[in-house]
Amino acid sequence: MAVVILQSDFARRHTGGQTTLEVNASDYGSLLAVLDRRYPGLAVSLGVGMAVAIDGEIFPTPLLQAVGPDSEVHFLPVIGGG
Amino acid sequence: MGNEQATFRVVGTRPVRPDGVDKVTGRAAFGADYQLPGMLVGVVVRSPHAHARIKSIDVSAARALPGVQAVVTAADLVDLPSEVSSGGEAPINFRHVSLNVIARDKALYEGHAVAALAATSTAIAAAAAALIKVDYEVLPHVIDVLEAMREGAPLLHPDLFTTGVAPAPAAASNVAGVTEFSLGDLAQGFAEAEVIIEREYTTQPVHQGYIEPHAVAATFGADGTASVWCSSQGQFMVREYCAKLLGMDIGQIRVIPAEIGGGFGGKTTVYLEPLALALSRQSGRPVKMVMSRGDEFKATGPTSGTHVKIKLGAKRDGTFTAGEMTLKYQAGAFPGSPAFLGGMTGFTPYVFEHAKATCYDVVSNRPKSAAYRAPGAPMAAFGVESAIDELAQQLNIDPLELRLKNAATAGTRTLYGVKLPVVGYVETLEAAKAHPHYSAPLGPNQGRGVASGFWFNIGGPSSAAIHVNEDGTVEVVTGNPDIGGSRASMAMMAAEVLGIDLAHVKPTIGDTAQIAYSFMTGGSRVTFATGKAVIEAAEATVAQLRGRAAKMWKVEPNEVVWREGLAHCTRVDETTRAPFTLAQIAHQAGRTGGPISGNVSINAAGAGPGFGTHLCDVEVDPETGAVKIIRYTAIQDVGRAIHPAYVEGQLQGGAVQGIGWALNEAYLYDAQGCLLNSGFLDYRMPVASDLPMIDTVLVEVPNPGHPFGVRGVGEVPIVPPLAAVANAVSRATGVRMTDLPMSPPHVLAQLDRAKTAS
Repeated sequence: MAVVILQSDFARRHTGGQTTLEVNASDYGSLLAVLDRRYPGLAVSLGVGMAVAIDGEIFPTPLLQAVGPDSEVHFLPVIGGG
Repeated sequence: MGNEQATFRVVGTRPVRPDGVDKVTGRAAFGADYQLPGMLVGVVVRSPHAHARIKSIDVSAARALPGVQAVVTAADLVDLPSEVSSGGEAPINFRHVSLNVIARDKALYEGHAVAALAATSTAIAAAAAALIKVDYEVLPHVIDVLEAMREGAPLLHPDLFTTGVAPAPAAASNVAGVTEFSLGDLAQGFAEAEVIIEREYTTQPVHQGYIEPHAVAATFGADGTASVWCSSQGQFMVREYCAKLLGMDIGQIRVIPAEIGGGFGGKTTVYLEPLALALSRQSGRPVKMVMSRGDEFKATGPTSGTHVKIKLGAKRDGTFTAGEMTLKYQAGAFPGSPAFLGGMTGFTPYVFEHAKATCYDVVSNRPKSAAYRAPGAPMAAFGVESAIDELAQQLNIDPLELRLKNAATAGTRTLYGVKLPVVGYVETLEAAKAHPHYSAPLGPNQGRGVASGFWFNIGGPSSAAIHVNEDGTVEVVTGNPDIGGSRASMAMMAAEVLGIDLAHVKPTIGDTAQIAYSFMTGGSRVTFATGKAVIEAAEATVAQLRGRAAKMWKVEPNEVVWREGLAHCTRVDETTRAPFTLAQIAHQAGRTGGPISGNVSINAAGAGPGFGTHLCDVEVDPETGAVKIIRYTAIQDVGRAIHPAYVEGQLQGGAVQGIGWALNEAYLYDAQGCLLNSGFLDYRMPVASDLPMIDTVLVEVPNPGHPFGVRGVGEVPIVPPLAAVANAVSRATGVRMTDLPMSPPHVLAQLDRAKTAS
């Protein structure tokens, strides 16, 4: 199962403080759906202003990105630049 | 392509820049250079107050002045709801963008636009501007970030409630948001420490300082469609933002990118463009607007002023055990400072098992902050790298050795959770150690500073088109304004794949109707992401060339290989088939299937993070406090330098901007919150005579996420200089410098204070 790791302040507000979640999903979209079923409304919070890193690679718009059974998934603010 | 061992024919060379002749002969057209028949002059009326309620605006006298063709206020833009949506560089609240373009109910900083008008001449426009009567109720203001956070501080937005905290606050404040990043157990990390450094640092807001001011020409056609010519960091961004603010469809606006005379992040949003369009829509005539330098300083985004607190724990052998940073960044009039990016970058060069960053985004009565090269990172790095230098002094460890002992490598987990991919930070430290600069002797009153820095670099959506002309020359069209030499690198990467002479490749920046969507020029993304699109477009073009050659030879396409710009047939039979040149295939294109072109749009992933290490020598005059930079070396992992001279220029430019930030640049306000130094005479940026030649070392640890190994290079070099200079001054004087800028009066005051204390 893929491991989803949330920052502690985000987890405090959305998952009752749980920062590590195990999710069975094959792509990012289905992973988000699973999380939203578990924590209703979470998908909306993760969908605005958040990028996702899957196995170390950061994707700003990852809807179809594959998630492996051993993947590590992080949510982080969207990164821009000058 | 296995880029570790790759050899290149064009990549890595230093050809003359394709835009150079037009720029040095004055032919290049910048934003202010466009003239259209019947064009009007547009001007903006700006608030003279730092904070004021707008009770009424009377434009009747101005409108009645002969020659005045249009007058607009916020009522002429869409009154957008306050909601965060995906847009430009980061999540964006278009209501805030609109209110920053022109104030609706409150002016939130001196220089905030309150009205705009267009007239037949500059003199009439100025006279009309003076006739616009704005009835203000002046309100208390707040500039400083810590003062803005205090309870009872003048409130900018009564509906602003801090996000990111639980429980949600019941009262509004100037703290727009709090973001935390944490790793491990901070208390345990500090309990394991044998030495702890704890310091507070401040930096001043600084302007991007581009030479070319914001400028736009805009016109509406009779069919309701509009065209915009402007200097920006993204023609597609301008199109989207203008459409949103004016209530138009994106397809109704065409944005033609002008040459850009510097941006550095400051041209990643709109200021004049929606106003010029609104004035053109009202008047039915083209409108041109150009900012003065004063407007630039008063109304366009500088980067944040900051208060930074660092706590660093280590063993006596120098091993870091814990790091904590608290970052408070000015956002200006609307939320959106880069505080969180400071929190994500400051500790990234190092291995920390236990670390935490708490980042505060704070509004105050200043222009809305805008991106500036590696937004948010230099200020955090100033604190972290200064604390590391102090730790090195306390432990009597060489500052480069201390960094090497703790340096991040591939697989190091960052504070934002993600493990680093292949990076070249250690290589930059080793290169710094080996550089003659590091062992050169120092004289009296001289000191040497070391500092490092990190920036993510990004990818994102990019498009490229390659057209093969009938004579075999090639057009490369991309959708990103060329700020740092991207035209040259696009042409070079296309020439590399096509195997042809660079002189036969012409790069062009397409407008929004000529090329598919490309995200802005920012985040050090263009040579990486748009370059990837160019490479794929060139590969698609090669596939077509092979197919056409196969038709000409009457063989299968898989029997044709492309090598060194020639199609070679691999079939062995009684027929002799001499290789075809690209020109020969192009000449026959009409007979073999029509024009040959490659069009690619991608969402580029695989951006390679960048690290840099800088060495700085200074001499401090103990009588005046004046600091002179006597030697400076910028070392950076650039992945693969497509055009090394341009890359070196990026390193030099970033270093110089950082030196200005460290030594002199600051906004000075009077008691009413009005800016006192809104020009280059009083806002002191470094000029050539202030500095030695900036030496550069390009370390090349190829990025496996790019076919040629490219990493973004434009932002990393502004991250280390603040601390590199401060560490040098601290070592030269024996007094730790924690506040910027280190102007002569400030340094002298610190020296005097130290003398008094001793």
